[in-house]
Amino acid sequence: MAEITLQDIIKPENVVYKKTKLMTDKTLSYCPGCGHGTAHRLIMEIIEELGKEHETIGVAPVGCSVLAYEFMNVDMQEAAHGRAPAVATGIKRVWPDRVVFTYQGDGDLAAIGTNETIHACNRGENIVIIFINNGIYGMTGGQMAPTTLPGMRTSTSPYGREVSSMGNPLKITELVAQLPGTYFVTRQAVHTPSAVRKAKRSIRKAFENQIAKKPGLSFVEIVSNCNSGWKMEPVASNIWMEENMFPYYNLGDIKVDGQLVDKK
Amino acid sequence: MGELRLMKGNEALAEAAIRAGADAYFGYPITPQSEVVEYLMAERPEQRTGMVVLQAESEIASINMLYGAGGTGKKVMTSSSSPGISLMQEGISYMAGAEIPCVVVNVVRGGPGLGDIQPAQSDYFQSVKGGGHGDYRLIVLAPSSVQEMSDFVPMAFDLAFKYRNPVLIVSDGLIGQMMEKVELFDPMPRLTDEEVIERYPWATNGKPVGKERRILTSLDLDPHKLEKHNHHLQEKYRQAEENEVRFETIDCDDAEYIIVAYGSSARISQKTIQLAREEGIKVGLLRPITLWPYPKKEIERFVEKGVKGFLSVEMSAGQMVEDIKLVVNGRTKVEHFGRYGGVIHSPEEVLEALKQKIIGG
Repeated sequence: MAEITLQDIIKPENVVYKKTKLMTDKTLSYCPGCGHGTAHRLIMEIIEELGKEHETIGVAPVGCSVLAYEFMNVDMQEAAHGRAPAVATGIKRVWPDRVVFTYQGDGDLAAIGTNETIHACNRGENIVIIFINNGIYGMTGGQMAPTTLPGMRTSTSPYGREVSSMGNPLKITELVAQLPGTYFVTRQAVHTPSAVRKAKRSIRKAFENQIAKKPGLSFVEIVSNCNSGWKMEPVASNIWMEENMFPYYNLGDIKVDGQLVDKK
Repeated sequence: MGELRLMKGNEALAEAAIRAGADAYFGYPITPQSEVVEYLMAERPEQRTGMVVLQAESEIASINMLYGAGGTGKKVMTSSSSPGISLMQEGISYMAGAEIPCVVVNVVRGGPGLGDIQPAQSDYFQSVKGGGHGDYRLIVLAPSSVQEMSDFVPMAFDLAFKYRNPVLIVSDGLIGQMMEKVELFDPMPRLTDEEVIERYPWATNGKPVGKERRILTSLDLDPHKLEKHNHHLQEKYRQAEENEVRFETIDCDDAEYIIVAYGSSARISQKTIQLAREEGIKVGLLRPITLWPYPKKEIERFVEKGVKGFLSVEMSAGQMVEDIKLVVNGRTKVEHFGRYGGVIHSPEEVLEALKQKIIGG
């Protein structure tokens, strides 16, 4: 029996996975272990699978994913800090048949951009918002975010987040779910193969809602790690996320087809 | 002859936006310009032309909606008054950086801060020197009548797309609120989506088949690339300075003195000139129509002709006067006169200032 070489294995019929053409070849600027890359890939895979490569306009935020437009191979606009939902509103209102999404972190969406987030949701803009929540400001070096957990140490809460003076973590996803303008609201993760599959299903649903012109905005939160900001190794950060973030930010659908999910 | 109507300046502006083929207006109410969004909502332009009108949650959201929609190649406009325009400066800077065309209208009121709701011209510095951060310029048009509130709208859109740059129309509470006869221009059709795609290959409205994606951003982390981008912007501004200066002169041929005034102050100063000429004082009016690029060559021409002095008449503590001084450079007298904080000077006060500060001073 002849020896099997690598060349015998690398054949089209053996391909089980390949990178979507809607991710560029540019090296990701994210830290090894971070969930951003996976989230980018899922969105771009969905756009490709839905056949919307030429009809999609994405809006990048300010934060770690400020350079998202370097990696996502569709038409992109870079918004000012927090303003992506207003920018996306402008795009969608004048091109109602295009697919429009924003990609935002917790500082961008839940602190400086809270107003734009709430009002885009309240108007029921027919767009998709992808919200990456890692409980910290990654790009600027690990400062406290609106979603930082109580007691969590960051460079601007060096003794831990004191809720009496710094407030409680903002569950903005539960908040927007209360607005009649949101049609689909869910919270997912991308740290395990199982979580990735569920997140992909949610992202697909969000975009399908938009394409079908369902009445309202689709909002997908992805709770993610920030191993650099949390000062942990990647695997340890994922374990910490499961043990600390998930009890506060429960995974699962919050609103489906315009109806709040009953969580008895 | 176009359709004649008696309209407020703000209404004429709003009607002109519909007729100019604007694709969208995003705005937030503020006195003394709320008639713009009120008129547009009442007119149902989505039925007349397909134009989108949306009342945003803030001026910050308005300008960022312009960023998004303007970035797709559509004709977009917003309007506000001084405090609201201050809130928009971030977005205007980003649009200048990302080279997104749009029209912004400031119906100026008294300041600083919340100020009042009376007419003023105290936002000149903010308008022409760059109200936001970074090295950028806006093309700034200053209407001085209800007619020009209408006529300058299509001109502003043309300039915005010609230079891929925000264009600012600086009016004031007087021009915005007063009613005058206006001859409306005939409606121009909105561009179709196909025409927008064809004309503006930079616009992000969906990656064309077989071509590279488009990116609109004001960010470049490589300082050398950002410097190069700034060189490109500066070259564009030089071309605008070369080609887009607009002004009007009245009674300047034999003038020994020149009043320089724009907007409402130019209207008031026209009366001053009449009063002065009745007394035998040879004074003319230079009315800058573009506040940037500024009519520097015209000022220079007057200096070379040997005029004895310039009086800058502004409803501010003296802002445009600095640009006149930069050109004159000490060769003849340059003074400022103006009431401010929402107070309007009378033609007689301007004449008195001319006599005291320029002729007798």
